[in-house]
Amino acid sequence: MLDYITSYLGMNTTPGQAGNIFWVLVYILVVFGGVSVAVMSMNWLERKALAHFQIRLGPMRVGPHGLLQPIADAVKLLTKEDIIPAEADKFVFWIAPLIILCASFTVYIVIPFGPTHAITDLNIGILFMLGVSSLSVLGVVMAGWASNSHYPLIGSLRSSAQMISYEVAMGMAVVSAILMTSLNKEGTGTLSMIGIVQAQQQQQIWFLFKFFPLGFIAFAIFAIAMVAETNRAPFDLPEAESELTAGFHTEYSGLRWSLFMLGEYAAMIAVSSIAVTLWLGGWLRPFPNTLNGDTWDLVFSLMPGFTFLGLALIAFVGVIRMPKHPYFRIQTIGLAGFAAVLGLIGLVLFAPPVRDRIQDIFWFTAKVAVFMYLYIWYRATFPRYRFDQLMKVGWKVLLPIAIGALILTAIAGVLF
Amino acid sequence: MAPITTLHYLVVAAALFVLGVIGVLTRRNVVIVLMSIELILNAVNLNLVAFSRLWGLHGQVFAIFVITDAAAEAAVGLGILIAFFRNKETVNVDEVDLMKW
Amino acid sequence: MEPVATTFFFYFLSGLTLISGILVITRKSPVHSALALIFGLLSQAGLYLMLYAPFVAGVQIILYAGGIMVLFLFVIMLVNLERSQKEEQFNQQWLVGVLAACALGGLFVAVYVKGSGLLPEHIVQPVENSNTQQVGVLLYGQYMFAFEIASLLLLVAIIGAVVMAKKRI
Repeated sequence: MLDYITSYLGMNTTPGQAGNIFWVLVYILVVFGGVSVAVMSMNWLERKALAHFQIRLGPMRVGPHGLLQPIADAVKLLTKEDIIPAEADKFVFWIAPLIILCASFTVYIVIPFGPTHAITDLNIGILFMLGVSSLSVLGVVMAGWASNSHYPLIGSLRSSAQMISYEVAMGMAVVSAILMTSLNKEGTGTLSMIGIVQAQQQQQIWFLFKFFPLGFIAFAIFAIAMVAETNRAPFDLPEAESELTAGFHTEYSGLRWSLFMLGEYAAMIAVSSIAVTLWLGGWLRPFPNTLNGDTWDLVFSLMPGFTFLGLALIAFVGVIRMPKHPYFRIQTIGLAGFAAVLGLIGLVLFAPPVRDRIQDIFWFTAKVAVFMYLYIWYRATFPRYRFDQLMKVGWKVLLPIAIGALILTAIAGVLF
Repeated sequence: MAPITTLHYLVVAAALFVLGVIGVLTRRNVVIVLMSIELILNAVNLNLVAFSRLWGLHGQVFAIFVITDAAAEAAVGLGILIAFFRNKETVNVDEVDLMKW
Repeated sequence: MEPVATTFFFYFLSGLTLISGILVITRKSPVHSALALIFGLLSQAGLYLMLYAPFVAGVQIILYAGGIMVLFLFVIMLVNLERSQKEEQFNQQWLVGVLAACALGGLFVAVYVKGSGLLPEHIVQPVENSNTQQVGVLLYGQYMFAFEIASLLLLVAIIGAVVMAKKRI
């Protein structure tokens, strides 16, 4: 038993490919926990960042600077009354959020955090991710239908029409990136996620910059389509409060609504990791070839530690600026403790054995975090699209540009 | 237990086919008849892919074409259903019994 | 990499497929039938994975479960089927239909029993990572004509569905 567990540690593959069930379960638990923590911190970051964009402060009361606000939200949602509409179909009403949640979370088994740090590496990785994330449309359709009321029905029809329209443009952009993986000496491309990042490493260029501007156009189309796919601003008419009273999840309350929210944020992180893997080089550090050599490697490997130390410094500045009133004593102590924890993590990340292992995961997570912040930035900045404008953009603008980029990428691949 | 041979997959496919035929022959609701037709097509696909493991990848290519045709047929069938429903307000196959109304 | 727990997964997945098939043909509400069919399609994609056909499994999930079933659910939602759920679900000739289908099933069993010697049991396609590439080579090489005709067929289906569902042409 024990050597079943330790026999994986010497191997150089993902646990799924090694067939080691114990480590597969461990990785699944780690990824699941990580995504849950990421969703909660995304919730906090969204409220604080939107508030600061609008020159107000956001939640400040619950913890120091609102850091415990997601926990308070979770407790509130868990203790709310569970209301089911009168004539609703109970089974379909119950299963719709589960379908969205399962579809959003199943995608995580192929996301590559490093060359061997994935749960498994299917050789149809990207096809699997696109297919399973398109299953969440079913959950949206059923949620709207099962609520037995006008606003959810119209909201779910609009939302699902939008999602399936932008999936087509997404697929075309993904195909043009996959085409670029086959431009090596043997002429064989790959659909596996780890293989795509290794192709970028081998061709020594991120696909974002390859055949400039073609890679960038494909990336831009995917970036726009993924915002529309997850029903986020500026494409969030189906769930806008002033238009449709929260769309397809109007009639859901309490824990069921929190499942929708969890599924939506998990889908956001999943499609962001597709974008990072395909165009932004996955787990590779920035400038792997122009700034190579041992000193630059060392500098870049110190970045995780410096990031956490920077965060600890910001938290420490927050501690200093706390009011000196005795009512704020607990908050000051809490924030100081949080800053100390962040600083400790930063110091741990300077140690060489940890430093070498954490590189891939850190760079991947940092790039996905940039995308998350971009999502919040879009929500604060852009006005909402009207539904017919939304469909027009999806079919008449994005799809022709995506097909054109694909054809030009193929021509450029043959010529160069 | 015995190792899983191709015959096991063929038996599953045959059972799915029989279930689909029962659905087509006994149900009155047009939408469920169309879904039973999808069951039949899936049974055929399972048969093709089970044999392609023995005799080369042509079975898988044929299965992809069958899925494409199933999509086209479902779209057209549902279009007919909508056109019919708009005229006669019923979805029962028993009531499609006049050539002109 | 050798497969893990093949017999368990085969019985589990084929049991799921058959149970969902039975649920499709016996449920009163079309939405429940559609949900059962979605589960059946997903478990069938699992069966394809066990048959070393990952590309067909991916295509099944994207097209069948994520495309065709969405189409079905849209139409079920837009067409008001409330009244038909209160009517009789099975037609009057159901017994004859079931007997005919069982006769067909008996024919299948007879074919399998008589012809089971023809199946070469020990030829298994090796597990390679290039299934997608080989399918692609076949699709764009030997079956190029059929590929183009399939795309024309889809175009005809799109035009036909739009024309039939419009109110005024």
